[in-house]
Formats: sequence, C-alpha cells, structure tokens
Amino acid sequence: MNSFKIYINNKEVVANEGERILDIARRENIHIPSLCHHSDLEPHESCRLCMVEVEGDKILRASCALLAKPEMKIHTDTPATRKALKINLELLFSQHEGSCEHCSRVEKCKLQEYSEKHAASGKYHINRKLKLSKFQFGPSIFLDQSKCINCQNCSDMCAKQTKGGFIILKQHGETFEMFPSEEKDRDCIYCGQCIMHCPVNALSEIESYKKVKKLLQDYKKKVVFQFAPSVRTSFGEEFGMPLGTNVTDRIFTALKKVGAYRVFDTSFAADVTIIEEAKELLEKIEKGDNTTMISSCCPAWVKYAEFYEPELLKNLTTVRSPQIILGGLIKTYWAEKENLNPKDIVSVSIMPCTAKKFEIEREELFINGKKTIDYVLTVREMAKLLKEFDVHLDKIEPDESDKEILANPSGAGEIFGAGGGVLEAALRTVYQKLTGQELQNLEFKPLHEFKRTKMAKVTIGGKTMKVVAVSGMENAKKILEEVKTDPTKYAYVEVMACPGGCIGGGGQPIPIDDEIRKARAAGLYSTDEKRKVRTSHGNPGIDIIYKEFLNDEKNCHKVCHTTYEKRKKGKVKKI
Amino acid sequence: MAENIIEKIKKANLLGRGGAGFPTWIKWEAVKKQEGKKIYIIANGSEGEPDIFKDEYILKNHPQEFIEGIKIALQAFANSEAFIYLNHKYFDKYKKKLEKFSQGFPISYFRKTAGYLAGEETGLLNHIEGKRVEPRAKPPYPAEAGLYNLPTLINNIETYYRVFEIKNDIYQNKAFFSIEGDVKNRGVFEFPENYPVRKILEETGNWPSFDFFVQYGGGAAGAIYLPEELDEPKKGAASIIVFNHKKTDALKLMRKWAEFFSKENCDKCTPCRESSIRILEMMKKNHLDFDKLEKMFFVLDETSFCPLGKSMATPYKTLIEKVLKKEY
Repeated sequence: MNSFKIYINNKEVVANEGERILDIARRENIHIPSLCHHSDLEPHESCRLCMVEVEGDKILRASCALLAKPEMKIHTDTPATRKALKINLELLFSQHEGSCEHCSRVEKCKLQEYSEKHAASGKYHINRKLKLSKFQFGPSIFLDQSKCINCQNCSDMCAKQTKGGFIILKQHGETFEMFPSEEKDRDCIYCGQCIMHCPVNALSEIESYKKVKKLLQDYKKKVVFQFAPSVRTSFGEEFGMPLGTNVTDRIFTALKKVGAYRVFDTSFAADVTIIEEAKELLEKIEKGDNTTMISSCCPAWVKYAEFYEPELLKNLTTVRSPQIILGGLIKTYWAEKENLNPKDIVSVSIMPCTAKKFEIEREELFINGKKTIDYVLTVREMAKLLKEFDVHLDKIEPDESDKEILANPSGAGEIFGAGGGVLEAALRTVYQKLTGQELQNLEFKPLHEFKRTKMAKVTIGGKTMKVVAVSGMENAKKILEEVKTDPTKYAYVEVMACPGGCIGGGGQPIPIDDEIRKARAAGLYSTDEKRKVRTSHGNPGIDIIYKEFLNDEKNCHKVCHTTYEKRKKGKVKKI
Repeated sequence: MAENIIEKIKKANLLGRGGAGFPTWIKWEAVKKQEGKKIYIIANGSEGEPDIFKDEYILKNHPQEFIEGIKIALQAFANSEAFIYLNHKYFDKYKKKLEKFSQGFPISYFRKTAGYLAGEETGLLNHIEGKRVEPRAKPPYPAEAGLYNLPTLINNIETYYRVFEIKNDIYQNKAFFSIEGDVKNRGVFEFPENYPVRKILEETGNWPSFDFFVQYGGGAAGAIYLPEELDEPKKGAASIIVFNHKKTDALKLMRKWAEFFSKENCDKCTPCRESSIRILEMMKKNHLDFDKLEKMFFVLDETSFCPLGKSMATPYKTLIEKVLKKEY
C-alpha cells in the first residue's frame, strides 16, 4: 500500500492511500466530532459535523469521506469549523426530541456532549418533530421518529440485514422520515442492528426492565435469571470496565443483590444445544445425508429464514436455542427438583439480543401452553436496572462459590457468544463421538472472498467435511445462495445475524465496532482456554441432566426441539 | 474518430450547458479512458428549476440536432448505450417526436417523476437505478463509476446540441437564454455565450423602463443582480428573470423559493434539510431573524453535501443585501 505524509493541525502524519481523514485523525488521537460516521458503514456524509479546513480549498470539507492525498494540509479546529459545528449542532438538536432525563443513552450521548462543549442550544429552533409517530416492531424494536436526526445509519444497516430494507426513508409531507416498510415482502428480523448504529436513540429496544424491577421488589415472587454467553465479556462496559473483561462471577453477585432467587448460566444450556445438534449431525452423517445443516440458535436468523428464505427451513437444525432450552429446564426439571410450582417462577434472561424478545413469544416453543421465559432484558436494560438498585458491577466482589449444574458450563458453551463459536463447540463433540478422540484446535481460515466468513475442514474417517461460520446477514446471504445452488457443498453452516455474532448483538452495549467485537470475543476465548472442561460432552453436569431428565425422549423433545414455518409479516404497532 | 470529436470539443472550448459550466471535453476524455467497459450516455433533460425552459426550446425546435448530438457520442464510445432523461412534462410532450430520430439506435427514454434533486447528475443516476433520489459522494465521478457503477457520460440537452454543431463546424459559441418575468417578450433567445445580460435584454426589447432587478441562474437558486451589475456575463444556468421592483414583494418571493427548496431537497444532509425547513418557517411567519439567517447561510455555503445545498443561500443573501435591506 502506498503511504505518504499529510499534515493535521501542523503535525506530520503518515497516511495510507484510500484512507479517510476522519479515520486518520482518530487514529492519531485528534478528535473530530461526528454523529453519523460508523466504521461498519460507508460514509453517508449526512450530519456534517466533521467538517475540516483543507489548505487551498475554498469551503469546508467533510472529513469522514475525504480521502487523504500526499502533502494535504488539514486543520480540524478553526474559527470556521467551530462556527459550522455549532450551527449544525443547533439545527440537528432542533429536530431531536431531547427528553434526556429519561433517555437510556444519556451517559453516552454524543449529541449532548458536543452541544455542551460548543455551547450549542437545543432550543435554538422549536423542535419540529414533536408530533411525529412512534412505532413498535413486534415485541423487540422501538422507533421514535421524534428523536431521529435523519442520518440513515439504521436504514443502511437494515438494508444489509434484510432483503431490501425494512426501515426506510419515506416522504412525509415536506420532509422525509424513517418508517417501517409497508411492502409485503419486507419484514423486520428484530436483530437490533439499527439500534446499534443509531447515534441518538431514535431506535431502541422495547423495554421490559421496569416490569422486572417491580417483580424483584415483590417478595412473593421467585425471580430467576439466566445470562447469555456473550454477556459475560461485554456487561462490564456499561460500568466503565475495560473491554473484554469477564464479569461472570460479578453478575452472580449483582443479581443476588437485586433480589434474584437463583442465577443460571445460559452457557450451560448451550452445552445441551451442542449435544443435541451433534446428535442431529451424526444422524445425518450416518444416514448418508450430506446436505447442509444450518444452525438455528440465532432468533434473528431464524426469523430471516422463515420470512425471506422458507426453502432453507428444511436445513435448519431442530434444536432450540440455549435460552429456550434453559427456560424449559428451569420450569420443568429444576422446578420439580426445588418443589416449586412453575407458575410461581418468573424467568428472566439477560441477552445480547433484541430478537430474543421475539423468540420467547413463539408458541411452538411454549411448554404446557406457557412461555418458558417471561422477560428478556438486553444488556443495556439490565445495566439500567442494576444502576437503579445502586449496584455497580465494577464495585462489587465476584461470587467465586461453586455453581450449581445449571450455572456451570463448559468452555464450549461459553464460546457460543462469538462468531464461529457454535460451530467449533459442536465439532468438538461430533469429532469425539465419531473418532473417540478430542479435536485439537480447529483451524479456521477466513474465506477471503466473503466478509466475516470463515471455513474449516474437518477430516473424520477419511471423509473431509467443510464447515462455515458466517456472521452479519449481508455476508450470510452470500453463503445461503451457495447452499441453495449446491446443497452438499458444506456439511454445517453457522449463521449469526449480527456482525461478529452475539458479541456484536443488537442488545449489547453501545457503541460497537470491530475493535470492540474483537475484545469481547477474545474475552470469551481466553475464558474457554482457562476452563478445565472445554467440551460440552465433557461437562459432568450434562451427564447428570441427561441421566435424570433428558434421556427421556419425551422430555428431550419437549425441552430441546422445535419446528419452523413460513412466516407472514410481523406486527407493527403505531403509537 | 473519437479523438477527433473530443479534440474538436476541446478546441471549441465548449462548456457544459446545464449551469455548472464544466469543460465538456474533460468529461468526454475521462469516459474515453474507461473504454473496454460498457459505457452509458445520458442526456439530462430534467430542467427542474422554476422559470428555466431553454432545454424545452431545443426539444421543440431542434429535436433532430439534439438526437444527432447523442448519436455522435454513441459513435465516439465503443459499446455504449444512451438514456434520455426527461422531466415528466417534456417526456409526455416530446418523446414521440424525438423517437422519430432515435429509432434504430440504442437510445431509450426515462421519465423523471422525482423532484428537482433528480436533476443533479448523481441523483439522476440513483433515480434511473430505482434507488432513493439523493446525490452520491464524489469521487467516484460518473465518468468512472456512474450508472450501475459503469462509466457514464452525462451532459445537458443543449450540450449535445452544441456537440452536433461542433461536429458539423457550425458552432459559433452561442448559447440559449430563457427570459421570463416582468418583460414584454418572454421566450428563449440565442446569443454568444459570454453576452452580458444588459445586451441580451436590450436586444430582445426587454430592458425595462421601470426600476427592476434580475435573477440569473434559475428561478430558485439564481442570484439577484441590480441593473448596474448587468454589464458583465454571468455564470450559472442561462435563465434571466426580471422583477419589477415596485410590484415585487420580496418576502413573498423568498417564500416561493423556500417552498421550492423545502419540497424539492432530498433531506440527506443537516444544513440543507434543516435550513430549508427553518427558512420556510420564518417566511411563513413573515418575520426575518437576520442573525439566524446568516448562520444558516454560512452552513449552507460551507457544509452542504451537494450543489443544490451549496447554492441555496445565494438567492436569499443577494436579495436581502441588494433589495430588502435597502427597503427597510
């Protein structure tokens, strides 16, 4: 790559060909404000806050899109950039309903931070969006047009995650606003990537934490929690802890402090998912059926398949997701052991995901006509709840006591949260069952022609299987096309709707970018390495649960397996 | 052959007739460099600003010459195909007439249903592709990656007409000017491209006997000039609108612009989207806050994404400075 010198604020900086000024500046710790810039997206250049002066140019330039050229002389903080920034901030703020005291992003709000720093008034013009609408997409996503600053990050992201885009910019009187599409062939998959890329909380999850908070205060209720694999290395971010810090044991302490009756670990159920998926894959192999099996633990992907790709439903494993399996175990196996009536249990899960809120509403996953999970909270909601109870993850002691079966996973169960983790965990078990030996480290190679896609080859008994893990629907679409044209090319495909897998999920702390995804994933893998038990089949708790409960075929079917169906467009509620 | 025509255009020093005045040969040469790929040729007949109608004049009176200009482009670039992009009125009125001359050539017609911004060349590309009409980031320029990401030559209708003249050695550096407003003889007239507005008005019998001002460059984004400023040639779209000073309500005029901009802009970037709304708000209340206006003009000029936004402040600024502030 060609590199050359440029000057930012009179400082010599090395730039590479194709690099943009905003990215170079941030790399050099020179701050340039921006709201719409996101490293996951091509610059949309809409907010116009990142304006810089380029010597020799007559007018200011948007640094987010400005390509570096040799000897360029850039100034990021001049009277003109300051003036422009302040005015544009005031214009932006006057189209954003700033009910800041109730806003869940208030601590991280850049609009507020910049406005304070530059003395820009939010009331410079009368807010023009007060009368606009709010929408609920299924039980997951909340769109508040009155907060939207028209940056189009959500619609750009949505176009990648769905087919054509469900959130679209539409003419509304004299302006354009974000709307849910009314087209029959477009639907929300509830992945929440719009939320992750919205700079001003115009998109958020439909919250449940207030209800959970009330239930926790009710001493007659037995509120039990589970938390997803990926949550353990992201939750700390909400409390200012370093990226990738594993806070598993602190989560136990924190939840008990706020009144949890019991705390379980979804990763344990991930071990169950693995055992069941491995069984299914083994059966397929034994039957000589070498069509592709596709993972189904990501509810946004399942929704995508049911709506956009029903012909692929036959390829999905029938195994329920870890959240649902654990929910089922809690209200059957564990309730019976504890001598509790399932009706008295309030089951809450802390998920990196907004689609999980939809998953618990699926009737085919009910047990005895009832939901297995009562409430799903995103990591952000749970952090708010803890803070409202004045419990701070960074300030409490980790609970290092031995955990019960349903709270004691293997390393395989924990890496579920990182893209490729499900696949790797499953192969560890399949390999052992077929060869009697432990699979040494699986060597994934990135498929260079595709983004966020990695492939591995596993040879068992002289037969080589190709397996692929892909994350981000934009990338998954390409692999799915391959599966459609060549149904036997891959033995197993892991699909995670969110870029990076659950660690980049729509319910995770904001902001998100590749550096953060990497740190969260690295946190999970280093936990896995430290675990004595690194395979699902090696988890002693798994033996017990199968002996006592799941070896019964009826129980296993009821708790661990499901069906899929072609799905019609979901409900959108206008408020 | 192709080098020949590009060379000729260069020698003639033809400037694009859409208003920006960019040297035509540079566009042609940039596209020429991309030969080997499929090439799109587009004639931009969107003419979306109020009170400009010189392209319609060509469609009505010189359809054959215009189509010949496109054929010259088709011939100049191997593996090329042309689109004639017409605003819906022109499409409905002139398509049949034009087709008589374009039959048998790879020339198709596209009906512009979107607003003013679809006249901006990259907004136009998005419209043809069925995408949301908003301008694209440049680079890449259309000459490298335009329609469907392929090299694309986009010229104004008159530009093709002038190419026809150049090819046939009859080009005399002339341009069409539309004249509108408080005048005796409204219409389209041909004059040397660098002709001062004063002479144009005088020679068409349109120089007013009353106190007046002129908007040059388009019925919304054009700048305001006083009679004493009309001895120099002007830049921008070749449209002259004459206003009788006494009979013109400056606030109403600004409100008309504000309504146009607020309706026709694409809402992509903050300064243009928000300022157009806030300026219209102000005009509706009949109360001008000069401090706020100055600030919005600043960000429009300095930070807008596309040429529409960058030119939006001009009419207001010049009208306020030259006409309104004197009245106050």
